Amino acid sequence: MAKTPTQNAAKEPIISKKNCLMMMSACGILSISQAVGHSILSFFQSIGALASFVGTAVRHIFTPPFYPKLILKQFVDIGYYSLPVVGMTALFTGMVLALQSYTGFTRFNAEGAIAGVVALSMTRELAPVLAGLMVAGRVGASIAAVIGTMRVTEQIDALVTLSVNPFKYLIAPRIIAGTIMLPILVLIGDIIGIYGGYIVSIYDLGFASGSYIQQTWDILEQMDVISGLVKAAVFGFIVTMMGCYHGYNSGRGAQGVGTATTYAVVSASILILISNFILTQVFFS
Amino acid sequence: MSVTHPKIRLRDVKKSFGDKIVLDGVSFDVAAGESLVIIGGSGTGKSVTLKSILGLITPDSGDVEVDGKDALSMSAKERDAMMQKFGMLFQGGALFDSMKVWENVAFGLIQGKRIHRDEARVIALEKIRRVGLAPQVGDLYPAELSGGMQKRVGLARAIATEPEIIFFDEPTTGLDPIMADVINDLIKECVKELGATALSITHDMSSARKIADHVAMIYEGKIIWNGPVKSLYDSGNSYVEQFIHGRADGPITKHAGFKA
Repeated sequence: MAKTPTQNAAKEPIISKKNCLMMMSACGILSISQAVGHSILSFFQSIGALASFVGTAVRHIFTPPFYPKLILKQFVDIGYYSLPVVGMTALFTGMVLALQSYTGFTRFNAEGAIAGVVALSMTRELAPVLAGLMVAGRVGASIAAVIGTMRVTEQIDALVTLSVNPFKYLIAPRIIAGTIMLPILVLIGDIIGIYGGYIVSIYDLGFASGSYIQQTWDILEQMDVISGLVKAAVFGFIVTMMGCYHGYNSGRGAQGVGTATTYAVVSASILILISNFILTQVFFS
Repeated sequence: MSVTHPKIRLRDVKKSFGDKIVLDGVSFDVAAGESLVIIGGSGTGKSVTLKSILGLITPDSGDVEVDGKDALSMSAKERDAMMQKFGMLFQGGALFDSMKVWENVAFGLIQGKRIHRDEARVIALEKIRRVGLAPQVGDLYPAELSGGMQKRVGLARAIATEPEIIFFDEPTTGLDPIMADVINDLIKECVKELGATALSITHDMSSARKIADHVAMIYEGKIIWNGPVKSLYDSGNSYVEQFIHGRADGPITKHAGFKA
């Protein structure tokens, strides 16, 4: 019985097992490096595809023919119909901001700073970022779903056979409308948000109306509002571009459109947060 | 004059998606005024062939010529001019669901040919009547129509701009046999009226027999047979034989490793 293992050691099985293990680990390393290489390649491939899509889209925005009627329709779809969502978001954010800063600032007897905190946070950060995220959910998703369905049902191919460029007809109007309408939405959001803070401060926390308004005006500078609006324009561009890109490259069937919609919202949201950091660096450092 | 050039000429067109070779050197000519029908099983590259000619897909290699001009190296302007010659009936209709039926039919006139909306509406309603639909249908939306009616509207849209070349992508798929025959008749009549060149892809043999002057069979990305429709049934090609008679047993299934 004790002989068997030594015998075996000299014979094939164990050697081949050893070999096998070595091969397996080599294979493992190979397959891991292969997988890493593959995903890096496909990452750069998709960055390249996105860059070329953005380039083509921007070129078509500035070259005729233009479709003013379609742009107008997108103004209404993207701008006007987003107003309730953005307005509600801004209103309650402003109100919460006033409440939270009150509970925090009373500890340092700094209640007087509430007006300033509300005004600055809304205009610089919260109105553009939250409006961007809300519009990404509402508009980005719908753009991806509409264009994705058109792709899947060959309506985009049909446009081409009818001598209409889908970049000019479908994509340019949406991007133009998104880039122009989001700053307008954010400006309205700024006002509503600050007003939300005002309501809570005056009617709930018992501040004096006149001094609250005065404090708001004192602290707010042009640059605070403008930086927020520039951010909004960038976010509007990102949201509509991501919706168009993922819809245009949608996979087949309902599954393909669903995935395109998810990617449109997720990628737009992440890009908004990243570009918000970069823009804040540029503006305020 | 135009006799020197075939209307459409493909030479050794190749296209793969990833590892999958879809077109493996497709070559054929379509003469002006002729109707060529490409037959072949699902996934043999029929649609990719059509889309390569239209520029919706760019082939990896090979030549595509339309009226003697290289369609692959055209400027955007030349391509726009070329697209004006084309009309296409899509498999699923591909009607714009956000527009009314008459706006669908008039789309190429308004957007492509810049004809005034009122004038385009008159032409559109005439084309809607031409494909056997009542003018009231013009004010409906595509989603409100049956499959057969959608195909008719698709046909009306394809012929509205009076194109020189019309493509038909599986024109009878999804229709009952009678409606399929009605569509075949309409296609034949409309192509004849316009004097257009027609290129169709289908796997419906009764449709192919009816609308074709010439038939080409595509198999594994290659044209394996090409000839006049009257010699289709004595082609002497065992692949063609199996396909046109719809037999489960034969060289195609043997090659694919199916169990018959």
